[in-house]
Amino acid sequence: MSSQTARSNLMALPAVAWLGLFMVVPCLIILAYAFLTRGLYGGIEYTLTAENFQRVVDPLYAKIFLTSVRIAGLATLLAILIAYPAAYAICLAPKRTQPLLLFFAVLPFWSNYLIRTYAWIVLLNREGLINNLLRWFGYEGEPLALLYSEGAVITGLVYNYLPFVILAIYSSLSRLNGELIEASRDLGAGRVRTFFRVTLPLTMPGVAAGGVFVFVLSIGNFVTPALLGGGRFQMIGNLVYDQFLTANDWPFGAALGMVLIAVMIGLLLLQARASSRFSGETQGAANG
Amino acid sequence: MADAWRMKLTGRTILVLVFGFLYLPIAVLVLLSFNDSGLPTTWSGFSLRWYVSLAGNSDILHAAWNTLVVAIFATLIATVLGTMLAIGMETRKRKSTALEALAFAPMVIPDIVLAVALLTLFSRLNVTMGLSTIVVSHVIFDLAFVCSVVRARLKNFDFSIVEASRDLGASSLTTFWRITFPVLLPAIIAGALLAFTLSVDEFIIAFFTSGAGRSSITLPMQIYSMIRFGVTPEINALATIVMGVSAAALLVSQWLNKEQMTR
Repeated sequence: MSSQTARSNLMALPAVAWLGLFMVVPCLIILAYAFLTRGLYGGIEYTLTAENFQRVVDPLYAKIFLTSVRIAGLATLLAILIAYPAAYAICLAPKRTQPLLLFFAVLPFWSNYLIRTYAWIVLLNREGLINNLLRWFGYEGEPLALLYSEGAVITGLVYNYLPFVILAIYSSLSRLNGELIEASRDLGAGRVRTFFRVTLPLTMPGVAAGGVFVFVLSIGNFVTPALLGGGRFQMIGNLVYDQFLTANDWPFGAALGMVLIAVMIGLLLLQARASSRFSGETQGAANG
Repeated sequence: MADAWRMKLTGRTILVLVFGFLYLPIAVLVLLSFNDSGLPTTWSGFSLRWYVSLAGNSDILHAAWNTLVVAIFATLIATVLGTMLAIGMETRKRKSTALEALAFAPMVIPDIVLAVALLTLFSRLNVTMGLSTIVVSHVIFDLAFVCSVVRARLKNFDFSIVEASRDLGASSLTTFWRITFPVLLPAIIAGALLAFTLSVDEFIIAFFTSGAGRSSITLPMQIYSMIRFGVTPEINALATIVMGVSAAALLVSQWLNKEQMTR
């Protein structure tokens, strides 16, 4: 080993040790827990079992899993549908104002997640702003039950994660080679065709990165369903929370956590493959 | 020409709508915090009474103090470790996939999973949980973000000036403090500010690693219980202050980052 490599490794060592001890080891412990049996009074017993993973596919829990996938999927789709035009509009703005627009698009993302979620309680509440506005415009029926619904949960997720998707798509769009679009137009393709055959495929890495981010964070989310779903829409995150803090079934909670990690790793691998394939296409297009 | 004009108009409209969606909910909270009645239904005049009652709420002040202590210690540790990790990673001859994955993982791992994993670790080790265990846990994701900010700076760093310094006879320690560190400093401060805001706002991991009892409750935990058990108008005032502090820290962080890029 060269002395430079040794020095580099030495610099990385404290952080690697910290992450190893407090992230990798705990994750390995709960991986092991996932295969153990729950003790009679909480706690765990050292009997190997696959029962915890079988329970994940039990109809009762499978339903919660599917609800989570549906809510996370819809939130992802909506976030991309809003973020793409937004990122495109930022790209159309003058070069000098683009960083400023981007900064203000991302700023809410760094403010408190709980507070941003709470803001939607104020808006959607039965006595909230939207119901009041409706009344002000002459609506006289019962106040709408907007809060504590699947729609409220999805709205909250889209609202919280939108800034990141805008950022991811913008970074793909701004690197796009304008000549390719001109070439497509010169060759007679219409605006719509150019978008779907050239622009969209070339910005797929950004869309994938943003989409995977929203999906992974949404499916494991526990705050938004608890606050905007009113506990009526349990998602996997809430189930993990319950197993550890109320039901005291740590092995089952650990198994659920491992399922979340597996989903995350699977999607990240898929995203890495997709972006390398698409960037390969870009190169081909640029050379050919 | 009409086409270009229409394109511009559509772009503007989209921006107004999206920024409206992002900022209106926040604006409503800020406005409500100054509403005398505290209710979203009626505006009964400008008042600072919710800020005054906030200042007299000892639970909140206690939680704010805990949050500050946790964020300061977590930021200090994470800044040192994250900067060292960034230098270690960027000065390597070959990229290490394992190291890349390790530095990336804290940013994407679902926080609920990390939270229960840490709870399991600490209870296995029979550690009494409190502010110190929250600090230990926050350093994990804080250092990953510091590392990524500092690495971005190192990518544009001209390592030949380090060689020049060495050739002129400076020791590697002198070279680090006189050459590398001053160049990296703005990025290190930007990363530290980012880590600080992340730590101040973090809820789930703090919730799981704070142990029983109210003594080590942090501000986000206090906010969560205020939201869940009866909304008091005080929370609007608290939200306004917390968002103001985060926004200020980010503006400074962004400004530092930009300053160094244009230099």
